[in-house]
Amino acid sequence: MSLAGGWYLGLAAVLFSIGAVGLLVRRNVLIMFMCIELMLNAANLTFVTFARMLGDIGGQVLVFFVLVVAAAEVVVGLGIVVAIYRRRSTTVADDLNALKG
Amino acid sequence: MDQSMVLLAATRASLPDVLVFAASAAVILVGALGVVTSRNPVHAALSLVMTLFGVAVLFIEQEADFLAAVQIIVYAGAIVVLFLFVIMFLGVDRRDDIEVEPLVGQRPLAFIMIGLTLAGVITMMATAHWVTGAHQVVGPIEGHITANPTSPYGEPAQLGRQLFTTYLFAFEATAALLVIAVVGAVVLARRPPMPHDAPSDQSPPELPS
Repeated sequence: MSLAGGWYLGLAAVLFSIGAVGLLVRRNVLIMFMCIELMLNAANLTFVTFARMLGDIGGQVLVFFVLVVAAAEVVVGLGIVVAIYRRRSTTVADDLNALKG
Repeated sequence: MDQSMVLLAATRASLPDVLVFAASAAVILVGALGVVTSRNPVHAALSLVMTLFGVAVLFIEQEADFLAAVQIIVYAGAIVVLFLFVIMFLGVDRRDDIEVEPLVGQRPLAFIMIGLTLAGVITMMATAHWVTGAHQVVGPIEGHITANPTSPYGEPAQLGRQLFTTYLFAFEATAALLVIAVVGAVVLARRPPMPHDAPSDQSPPELPS
């Protein structure tokens, strides 16, 4: 018997917050993607915790879909990063200001 | 009984469980802080592996063994390797400057807003009756769906049964999503077809073809 679910949910909330802070603070696009992965992992941890608390297998099934979406997002996102780097030779988000008004 | 007492009371938690949770939480938080504070993207990716491993341990601790294996294989085996591949491919594995603050006041504002959000979530979790809805919407975990009534929690056969019955449409949609992602990655990573045809003012001419 593992710990009560509240501990896991609190840890997931803290993990999500760290990822959100990183996404807002860092300017390197690759590290911003990694922070998105942190936030997705926090959501996965929450899903598994609720699956255990509610006795419902659906929470664990949803983690699969989150994994698929994360994989697709990383593939397309890194493709965009490579395409941008080929033209602008940068991965810093602040240098991509072609649409700045 | 109060909801928060039910949530936070360590009912029947043995000492090894507490130790495993504490160690995993420390690994997860140190890895996450490493991702956010690393100057070198390679170090950030390795810290991300640390966090993913800690999350996988917590999956095992919550009896989602199959998901823990998938977490290691897909995340650490595919996604982080893809990150590292792109970092090395682009050659951006150098320290970047995290002291400069491009937008004045953005970082304190980000910390304040995220701190408020976290405090709100924790408060909501501790006070509100937030677990709503019907339990066991698609079926209980305890092995009632499988032929074997004593099948353990989180068994892969049960997950697969739900995936191919209740969530069949979503599963097929993820197949379409993956195909779209592959096609999009190929299109994005392809070189421009005619570099001499219409030279843009933004593409450097010394770009190796």
